[in-house]
Amino acid sequence: MPRRTHIQTTLNGEEIDFLCEPRQSLLEVLRDELGLTGTKEGCNNGNCGACSVLMDGRVVNSCCVLGVEAEGSEVVTIEGVAEGDTLHPLQQCFLEEAALQCGVCTPGFIVAAKALLDSEPDADEARVRHWLAGNLCRCTGYDKIVRAVLKASEMEEVSA
Amino acid sequence: MTTTEKPDYKVIGTRPIRPDGVEKVTGKALYGADIHLPDLVQGAVLRSPHAHARILSIDTSAAEAMPGVLAVVTHSDLPVVADKVLDMGEGASTASDMSKNVLAADKALYRGHAIAGVAATNVHDALTAIEAIKVEYEVLTPVLNVQDAMRDDAPLLDESRHTRTPSGEESEDASNVAAHNRFEGGDVEAAYAEADVVVEREFDTKMVHQGYIEPHNGTANWNSDGTLTVWTSTQGAFAVRGALAELLQLPVSRIRVIPMEIGGGFGGKIGVYLEPVAALLSRKCGRPVQLTMDRTDVFQATGPTSGGHMKGKLAVKDGKITAAEVSLAFEAGAFPGSPVMAGAMCMLSPYEVENFKVDAYDVVVNKPKVAAYRAPGAPNASFCVEQLIDELARETGADPLQFRLSNSAREGTRMITGVAHPRIGQEETVQAAQASDHYNSPIEGPNRGRGVAGGFWFNAGMQSSVVASVNPDGTVNLIEGSTDIGGTRASLAMQLAETLGIEYDSVRPTVVDTDSVGHNDVTGGSRTAYASGQAVYEAGLDIQQQMVARAAQLWECEAEDVEYADGALRHTSDSEKTMTFAELAGKQMETGGPLQGRGSVVARSPGAAFGVHVVDVEVDPDTGKVDILRYTIAQDVGTAVHPAYVEGQMQGGVVQGIGWALNEEYYYGEDGRMENASFLDYRMPTSLDLPMIDTIIVEVPNPGHPFGVRGVGEVPIVPPLAAIANAVHDATGHRFTELPISPRRVVEELHNLQ
Ligand code: FES
Ligand code: FES
Repeated sequence: MPRRTHIQTTLNGEEIDFLCEPRQSLLEVLRDELGLTGTKEGCNNGNCGACSVLMDGRVVNSCCVLGVEAEGSEVVTIEGVAEGDTLHPLQQCFLEEAALQCGVCTPGFIVAAKALLDSEPDADEARVRHWLAGNLCRCTGYDKIVRAVLKASEMEEVSA
Repeated sequence: MTTTEKPDYKVIGTRPIRPDGVEKVTGKALYGADIHLPDLVQGAVLRSPHAHARILSIDTSAAEAMPGVLAVVTHSDLPVVADKVLDMGEGASTASDMSKNVLAADKALYRGHAIAGVAATNVHDALTAIEAIKVEYEVLTPVLNVQDAMRDDAPLLDESRHTRTPSGEESEDASNVAAHNRFEGGDVEAAYAEADVVVEREFDTKMVHQGYIEPHNGTANWNSDGTLTVWTSTQGAFAVRGALAELLQLPVSRIRVIPMEIGGGFGGKIGVYLEPVAALLSRKCGRPVQLTMDRTDVFQATGPTSGGHMKGKLAVKDGKITAAEVSLAFEAGAFPGSPVMAGAMCMLSPYEVENFKVDAYDVVVNKPKVAAYRAPGAPNASFCVEQLIDELARETGADPLQFRLSNSAREGTRMITGVAHPRIGQEETVQAAQASDHYNSPIEGPNRGRGVAGGFWFNAGMQSSVVASVNPDGTVNLIEGSTDIGGTRASLAMQLAETLGIEYDSVRPTVVDTDSVGHNDVTGGSRTAYASGQAVYEAGLDIQQQMVARAAQLWECEAEDVEYADGALRHTSDSEKTMTFAELAGKQMETGGPLQGRGSVVARSPGAAFGVHVVDVEVDPDTGKVDILRYTIAQDVGTAVHPAYVEGQMQGGVVQGIGWALNEEYYYGEDGRMENASFLDYRMPTSLDLPMIDTIIVEVPNPGHPFGVRGVGEVPIVPPLAAIANAVHDATGHRFTELPISPRRVVEELHNLQ
């Protein structure tokens, strides 16, 4: 077995450490080593966004990041988006707007949209569509996803 | 838009939050690849690098000796199965073809065809081990499209295959054409002779994929007592159980299939690919085995839908379509079973056409065996027919929607199958599109155009079974067996709440495994809200009846004196005696014990669905890019149970259709290799490519359902291909008869005109 490296990182606000092989992607580490299966694999080569996580506030495709690169960074996954049992406005709006059908793309969209609204709370439709172009959804035709993000952007908690 | 007086529903027509919603927005929902079992090992599948090759030998000994490797299986590990037809719900196949598709027998019939499976302690070891398997191939010339496959001198995929002809006989010579069917009525030649205008064209479409975001997966545990448990993302747990029973020659009672959450299917997750291989590996190594596909495998080795070649000739006389002669040849992939018959039966169904001759050819080629894809067969066939109708309207100076309206099918109109339509909403749907703001707004500016098209899909009924247990606090647990791909837990819970006159929140639905509920056919054919909804209604009536008997017992009166309405029981002549649903639910122990309602149906009147689409496009003559400026879909849904999810089905179907029309295709090299087997190169629409998709819900209730529900999910993908081609024609004056209408094709074809 290839040598495993000891990695220390902050995951969803908690300091953790794990061992990982150099060839393992962050996606693989999250899902298989740390048991966080909310982050999904759709393509494993950077083309669908289902594996989106935040690394130091930036959206990345975790299938294209190595686990070892998480050393010293702050990682947020879908499991870290809600505060306890209070859903994030994006999560609430996705539910209210029926912005998911099968739901497999949903974690990636919520994480990616969170990064947008964190930095641009006033994003308009064109901006939302542009920002989310790296996330594929095959079920919804995006209409309700875009509406959910716009609705969340109007909620106080986000724009505050 | 409601066209008929609708009963005053309390729950149906509202937009509550789906019961499985929170789990899905927080990442807690478990999809097939998310399952982790004690002692679980991983596997990998060796796939053919050749599109057509004889397998001379397979040597697995080196792989078996590698570190971490626990088991290796090939086709020889599968039992011999009979040539029996297995109907999986949407598309049938024979057990022996399915067995040869799961693991190739004497021939690899497409690139990506599974050759062997390996289980190892981790996935990296499994992937290394498959490379150590030595396969000796005799490479053969692949056949990659229907025209080549139908030539007399074409290489044959199967030397023993003959054509089943319209008379039901077998052709004398071996052939790649598995079946030729014909529908004929009236006299087309006479109609052409009298016609005002006749139009005739040929059309081509390419193989396309459903494109669900979740790759296939299958996890199996074969116990030493001969029982098999399978966890998988599937549209039909019972279909998987049935297929596994045939392929592995086990009684169905020994197999338990646990449906995990499913990340999209659209017809493509009905058949089995990995599940039988994982089962064989588990039997060999005595541990649970998990197999997952990567995206390339999904493209190359699951079931996309057919491309094909079509010829159509339509005639008009005095504004009426008088004749249609259409020939369809669809790729089935490596084994027979394209959706060509469905396409043939759908394409003319929105209209009244007296004289017709329709030929349908099912053709095998060296590509993956096709599976169902949302209204399988109908979009391609409508791409041909709806463009010809557009031409007829243009040539006769008619408005394209008015032309469709004056030719519309209505109750009693016979389809080419001879079956008469029951009450349908085709005319209402065309009228809704005519009245839309979109259709009444002008389209202006250079290189812009508008197109319309209609579409039809049968919708399926089939079997559903549910159980509803009443809890002492007045809530109800609904146990169902239909995979929830897009909100059916909600739409079924709503129908039960409506039937019982209780709150939506009082019903808690759960999708269970094949040991825990009666048989349920697939979530496919737009059948779940309709057919499982009917089972739910039956279960609700069953509960009502039992409650009436129990109230009569408590009130010491006859059951006839008790009525159930609005979630309460009343004595018909004694107004003092009333009890709410919850009150009686709390008295189960003293009235006979636990109260359960059951509903089991073979749903027989699914109620056809019709859709009419209006689209505006802008074509960039320099880059060839087609932009969708505005899109409106009108569709008869019978009754919209949860309008937001109804709209979602309409919008999602349209956007898959937009991708099919403008970009998506399996792009093959001459060697039979798909050259764009990734999401980068197989380009599906993104949020940036689209406007909002406007929906007009038309409600002409289905007389065959207690709440008037019709299937919704499939018909929205039928019209977009033709609607967009018609719009591009309006914008450029050029008719595109080959899909996709990609930038390259637009530039080339427009350039050639100059
Ligand atoms: S799985 Fe990472 S981008 Fe698709
Ligand atoms: S909801 Fe299924 S892929 Fe987006």
